[in-house]
Amino acid sequence: MELFHNLIFGFSIAFSLQNLLYCFIGVLVGTLIGVLPGIGPLATIAMLLPVTYGIPPVAALIMVAGIYYGAMYGGSTTSILVNLPGETASVITCVDGYQMARQGRAGAALAIAALGSFFAGTVCTLIIAMFGPPLANMALKFSSVEYFSLMLMGLVTAAVLAQGSMLKSLAMTVLGLLLGIVGTDVAIGVKRFTFGFSELADGINFVTIAVGVFALTEIICNLGDPEETAVFTSEVGSLYPSRQELKQSIFPIIRGTSLGAFLGVLPGTTPAIAAFSSYMLEKKLAKDPSRFGNGAIEGVAGPEAANNADAQCKFIPMLTLGIPASGVMALMLGALMMQGITPGPTIMTQKPDLFWGLIASMWIGNLMLVVLNLPLLGIWVRLLKVPYRILFPAIMMFAAIGVYSTDNSAFDVYLAALFGILGLAWRMLGCSPIPMMLGFVLGPMLEENLRRALQVSEGDPLVFLARPISCAFIIVTVLVLILMMLPAIRKRHDDIAN
Amino acid sequence: MKQELSKNKDVWAGVMFIAIGAAAMFIARDYRFGSALQMGPGYFPRILGGILILFGVAITAVGLKNSEKIAGRISLRAVIVLPLSLILFGYLMSHVSLLPALVAVIWGAAAAGRQFKLLEVSLLTVLLITLAVVVFVWGLRLPYPLIKGF
Repeated sequence: MELFHNLIFGFSIAFSLQNLLYCFIGVLVGTLIGVLPGIGPLATIAMLLPVTYGIPPVAALIMVAGIYYGAMYGGSTTSILVNLPGETASVITCVDGYQMARQGRAGAALAIAALGSFFAGTVCTLIIAMFGPPLANMALKFSSVEYFSLMLMGLVTAAVLAQGSMLKSLAMTVLGLLLGIVGTDVAIGVKRFTFGFSELADGINFVTIAVGVFALTEIICNLGDPEETAVFTSEVGSLYPSRQELKQSIFPIIRGTSLGAFLGVLPGTTPAIAAFSSYMLEKKLAKDPSRFGNGAIEGVAGPEAANNADAQCKFIPMLTLGIPASGVMALMLGALMMQGITPGPTIMTQKPDLFWGLIASMWIGNLMLVVLNLPLLGIWVRLLKVPYRILFPAIMMFAAIGVYSTDNSAFDVYLAALFGILGLAWRMLGCSPIPMMLGFVLGPMLEENLRRALQVSEGDPLVFLARPISCAFIIVTVLVLILMMLPAIRKRHDDIAN
Repeated sequence: MKQELSKNKDVWAGVMFIAIGAAAMFIARDYRFGSALQMGPGYFPRILGGILILFGVAITAVGLKNSEKIAGRISLRAVIVLPLSLILFGYLMSHVSLLPALVAVIWGAAAAGRQFKLLEVSLLTVLLITLAVVVFVWGLRLPYPLIKGF
């Protein structure tokens, strides 16, 4: 069975000492930032990206992935114990998880959260392994026409499914495209939008934008809010859930995993949305919905499985098609491109060690997290006592070094400061920076594919509808747009996303 | 009415997009447009700028219909000091060396917060600088001089 051989191959790579080490570092850092409120995986990965330039791409991807799904684990710990979600994705876990803690069942909640996440992680590893290659094979037959339509579909879907006003998200996507164009046009060699700055000849560094908009803006915003104090529960209690709790959790975990996996492949959805959707689903399906909000284990099991499933399945579009489905994926896409690797269907044939090694290590990472989290609980909780005023200068320092070290350029640092302020303005105006980030990363490629597609079709724009696959993508794009404009669906989406 | 408009979130957002779109089209006016068959450098930017303006108009229209206020408290101190500390870091890194730059960014950042305890910040600075040197200069071998000339 080819699947079997591929997985063995992947594990052989993932089990190298170096990759194991980076996996460990990744999940550790991930759990850390998941626990700490005020800093999330997006900002962290943006800051640590320059660090990854020096290490081999497989190790870099493994570490960054570890940070991402590690944060999902860490966030649930504080949600349950202290009612403080370290991560947006863990907000919904607070509702029933904290109640369980107050009833002395914190241990069970934590265990179920960890086990549910691990189940989701295992299933998603298999899903990626099974569906990745066929998907990539299909995509190998794509020409620039199909790629353009695919990217368009990805960008529009992401903007439409994202948080906040659809119009603004779409506008931010276009803004991102424009920002991505800054620099030298690859095909013709003309400098565009560089305002005479030679530093911009190669375009804006994506680490610069990412750190500015996600790290700096976040800190500025946090400094405006009054500081919250954590409310501590006393006992963690036994770590073993009761038989009944286990029985009650099985189906929510399975459902959560499926829901999360489905949403994970869609651009624009986040683990938070997956978790919330799972919660709503479980509440609807429960025999006694009134238990929700008072410590129902299903309210922890489902969402935790869902957020982990979403986080891992987000890798699928990126690894197989080269389409980033979220802000974090956009960063990873950028990181790979920096290393000279173009993600897409060719990865599987040209760099199979990257693909299979990453997949195998995701499972190993999940395992590490289950083993790590439960014994180290006490440390994580104690970390919460660190006040933000000590935390954020440290974040600033890492951010500053990170941006500077990308190109040894002070200009990048100045730009990052500018984007920090811009990010603040955007946030205040209700414009989400994630669609912008996606547009920024895909901008040059979108234009390139458009150019080639039009050359191939000799200037005929209808070529996008003439080719069947491309036509299908366009139809889906239009459908998604129309669906979202229907008031009934709009409302449901807004409720969940906000 | 004027008071409301000046705080209207969507109107500001819409106007911003119109401005950016117009600026993009304006700057791109010198880039050759070309044709569909042979897209010039100005083709994509101008189209995007135009689309952005359209979105801006739509958003402004929505804003005039429902008025959502710009919400949230912002610490003015943070907005000014934090970017400044970053800029200072950049300048010191490129013109002096690593240590002064680190001091600048850590102190600067701390100064942007509401509480500034001298002893605490000094200790934190020493700790973070040590961490940074260990991780970045010794660990990752980034070629940054600690003090000018070293």
